[in-house]
Amino acid sequence: MANWIPTWLHRLGSPPTFYRFAGAVRPWALALALITGAIAAYGGLVLAPADYQQGDAYRIIFIHVPSAWMSLFIYFAMGVAAFIALVWRIKLAEVVAMESAPIGAAFTFITLVTGSLWGKPMWGTWWTWDARLTSELVLLFLYLGVIGLFHAFEDRRQGARAAAFLALIGVVNVPIVHFSVNWWNTLHQGSTVRLLGPSHIDARMLWPLLTMMLATKCYYVASLFGRVRADLVAMESGKDWVKALAVEETA
Amino acid sequence: MSQFLDMGGYAFYVWTSYAVFAVVLLADYLAPVLRRRRNLRDVRARMARQGARRRNENA
Repeated sequence: MANWIPTWLHRLGSPPTFYRFAGAVRPWALALALITGAIAAYGGLVLAPADYQQGDAYRIIFIHVPSAWMSLFIYFAMGVAAFIALVWRIKLAEVVAMESAPIGAAFTFITLVTGSLWGKPMWGTWWTWDARLTSELVLLFLYLGVIGLFHAFEDRRQGARAAAFLALIGVVNVPIVHFSVNWWNTLHQGSTVRLLGPSHIDARMLWPLLTMMLATKCYYVASLFGRVRADLVAMESGKDWVKALAVEETA
Repeated sequence: MSQFLDMGGYAFYVWTSYAVFAVVLLADYLAPVLRRRRNLRDVRARMARQGARRRNENA
């Protein structure tokens, strides 16, 4: 019944096929990320009006919130890839899961640092053990745990399986981060942008936010595909297609 | 322009945030680009070594 999933993944999951596919998509994804990112930054820093309470400090939102969304989105994507890797033992799913972790960690780090830089002028503190902040920090540790566990094994496939298992367990933290502002009434403000119902934000502030979200999504694709390509070349270094590639690149 | 750069007195916080965003993602993007090149260089080096050994055995 659900056979089309492994069949489709199997076809795209052939390393040389995916290597070429990723190589073709990556520059477009990066170009789209840079263009939409520049438009979003212009909209957020120049066109959007100052906040009536927070003045210009709120402009950190245009990178803080999209980064936070990506920190959760990438964790979820990593969890799905880890699940596929564990159930169907598809090599490419392992690579996608393992190479998503550093990108997710980067976005989580950005979220924490920009949040800190926003918290200092608005809350008067760089850090507090608020539910949202703490669960986001746990998310960073989960990413670092996955990366560390993956590299702790001599055999990379064994490491990938162990790390995929950890990634899968850590998925429970994703809803905790998301709902933390509703479950615990602490310092971090509630959601401004809602999927259902009206958002509590001016349209001139909303569009740069959503555009930056698009930019970070495209960036994830570009970065992930670059990472997967680098990884496939190392993993398949004995295969003919990589040897042909190595010769081709010098010519 | 200087008013824009001043960010209503929050220049340090706003610009540092955007700088962190740009620098972290740039590093994240460049690392695998360099890794792929290094991996391919390793493949070429190994092919050259194997080729040399084969030639020595035939000689």
